[in-house]
Amino acid sequence: MFLSYFTEQPMSAYPADEGLKEGFTSVMFSNKYYDPVEGSRLFNERIEEYKLADQVGFDGIMVNEHHNAPFCMQARITVMSSILAAITENAKIVQLGNPLPTYDSPLMFAEEIAMIDMISKGRLISGIVRGAGQESVCLNANPAYNRERFNEAHDLLVKTMTDDGPFSWEGEHFQYRVVNPWARVLQKPHPRIWVPGVFSAETIRWAAQHRYPYISLNTPLHLTGDLWQIYDQAALAVGYEPGPENRGYLLRVHVQEDGDKARDNAREFMWMQGEFTGIGHPYWVSPSGYGSSARRLDYAKMANSKVTGSRAAPFEQQLAAREIVAGTPDEVIAELRVVLETCRPSILMLWGNDGGVNHDDSLRCIELMGTEVLPALRDIGDELGLHDPIELDTPVSLALTPPDELNPIEEAADERPEDTSDSRALKMFR
Amino acid sequence: MAMQTVTTAVAGLGMREFTGGSGDPLVMLHHSFGNPGWMPIHEALAAHYAVHALDLPGYGGTEGSERPDWARHPRDLALLVGQWLRANELGPVELVGCGFGGWVAAELATMAPELLKRLVLVGAAGLLPENGRIYDQFLVSHSDYVEAAFSSTEAFEAIYPRNGDETEEHPLGDDTLVVWDMNREMTTRVGWKPYMYNRRLRPLLGGVAVPALVVWGESDTVVPMECAHAYVEALPDARLEIVPDCGHAVDLEAPESLAAIITGGDS
Repeated sequence: MFLSYFTEQPMSAYPADEGLKEGFTSVMFSNKYYDPVEGSRLFNERIEEYKLADQVGFDGIMVNEHHNAPFCMQARITVMSSILAAITENAKIVQLGNPLPTYDSPLMFAEEIAMIDMISKGRLISGIVRGAGQESVCLNANPAYNRERFNEAHDLLVKTMTDDGPFSWEGEHFQYRVVNPWARVLQKPHPRIWVPGVFSAETIRWAAQHRYPYISLNTPLHLTGDLWQIYDQAALAVGYEPGPENRGYLLRVHVQEDGDKARDNAREFMWMQGEFTGIGHPYWVSPSGYGSSARRLDYAKMANSKVTGSRAAPFEQQLAAREIVAGTPDEVIAELRVVLETCRPSILMLWGNDGGVNHDDSLRCIELMGTEVLPALRDIGDELGLHDPIELDTPVSLALTPPDELNPIEEAADERPEDTSDSRALKMFR
Repeated sequence: MAMQTVTTAVAGLGMREFTGGSGDPLVMLHHSFGNPGWMPIHEALAAHYAVHALDLPGYGGTEGSERPDWARHPRDLALLVGQWLRANELGPVELVGCGFGGWVAAELATMAPELLKRLVLVGAAGLLPENGRIYDQFLVSHSDYVEAAFSSTEAFEAIYPRNGDETEEHPLGDDTLVVWDMNREMTTRVGWKPYMYNRRLRPLLGGVAVPALVVWGESDTVVPMECAHAYVEALPDARLEIVPDCGHAVDLEAPESLAAIITGGDS
């Protein structure tokens, strides 16, 4: 199993009452409420926690990027990745992910990740995402061309990593007369690319068609079966047999010696879902043209609804459904066994600390995970045959799979709804 | 008055219009939120003109292959309107553009003034205001944006009636919401940024030799009045008419007044 640590890096030190008064805390929520003194403290606490995660045996540290919102402090994923490259020794740096469509220069991004891969001595896993709609709003990247830009930036990125320069690039969205960066990725043929998402059928298929593992971001456990069915069908169609090595799962998990304290701290996960402050409007989270047209009516209704505030399920309900797992190490291990048996991922991201969980409790959570939870999960993973792509040394992509290993079959007509992503994604991020 | 729906093939697309009335041709281009149908303004003008209320390509409930996927700027839509005018041998026409449609009309006027008899800009976008700001629809809900185009909630609801049940989450009809969203998506495709202006339009307006009429709602909170003055200044032969107690969507909120201004007072 590949076991990774994650925190959304919340900027919890802001006046929450101002957020409640506004009714939202993203995009237009004024950064006059951002206290850089607190920001400095929080960044440095997170860095100490990452160092500990590396020391206690996590296989990876997952980082991400969001904009204009206190729920995530990281405005540039490659900055934190660079820091991790220098201060950690063993853990992979798992970017989940780089919001490619929001970057106006994929070439500059390719240079950054080549530097990170070299400095980290080949520890980079460079995940890519479309970015939530509000990232398109904040960085002013046209949301209607989000997928076009994603596809084109991906193709350019892979070519830049695998082909010698100079070459030119004449795309719809990006043009370069010379692609010839004086920085090359260390890992050959290129760092692994993983694709995270909540539940977008389109993205799941895309990941499967490229043979990139799909990391399901806290998708309700009972839906993951449907999710892997979509993935597996697309994988078989392009010619390879998918398995746990193609599956990742991110789950909110908090551990303390005292189970009640753990559950108390785990309530802070609701902070991220806007229960305490509200987060954003649907027309920011999913601007017109960003989501699937199959969901247009549902989306338009939600966007024009007068209902405000969090749409997240109550804490107790999420706990019961194992969308949040919290307790003593033994309690958590028992719950995670069920998760692993149900979802069968080989990549598990443990989202350990969020909201206002303090530094000491965060460190203790990481330590207990390392000493007690991770070894148990490795045993369960072996018992269940959950072997990750690095362990199995699978090809990094379909394009780099030897053709004689592929056996494409004709895809059966898919009778499921075209896309079930948007409303779920919206619920997740409100 | 008899109205019919006509579709013309242009550049591989079916361009749809509502048409009615007789006389010299008058073409109307709608706001970014679309044309809600054969409206009182069309009816009033149809007493004087052969009115063509054209759906801009990608608007009016179209998506996928019915949409010009290659179009990335309002100028691309202006080119299509020009091709549509030529395909129907309609020019020179009275070209009336409202809001976003006014921007498209102004772009077309700079490219092909020979297709125009007169340019009528109603609350037209297209120029960057120096002091104020064009109200950004992409930061608000569809309904809040469209309502902002009217001087009052009553005026908005006269065109887009709510179903009366205020306890409902979304009292507007499903069809309205879906078409608004399709229209907003098309506006996103061609007008995401820079938002509602083109720095290359103003220098070219000086070459538009046809008479121009600029009409603005006195209470327009979507496109600032300074843009009306900027158009009048930049166009060689333009005059300004202000409609009192009226918002941005003059065509929808004060159709009789707008028709009277366009026809010269005998509406």
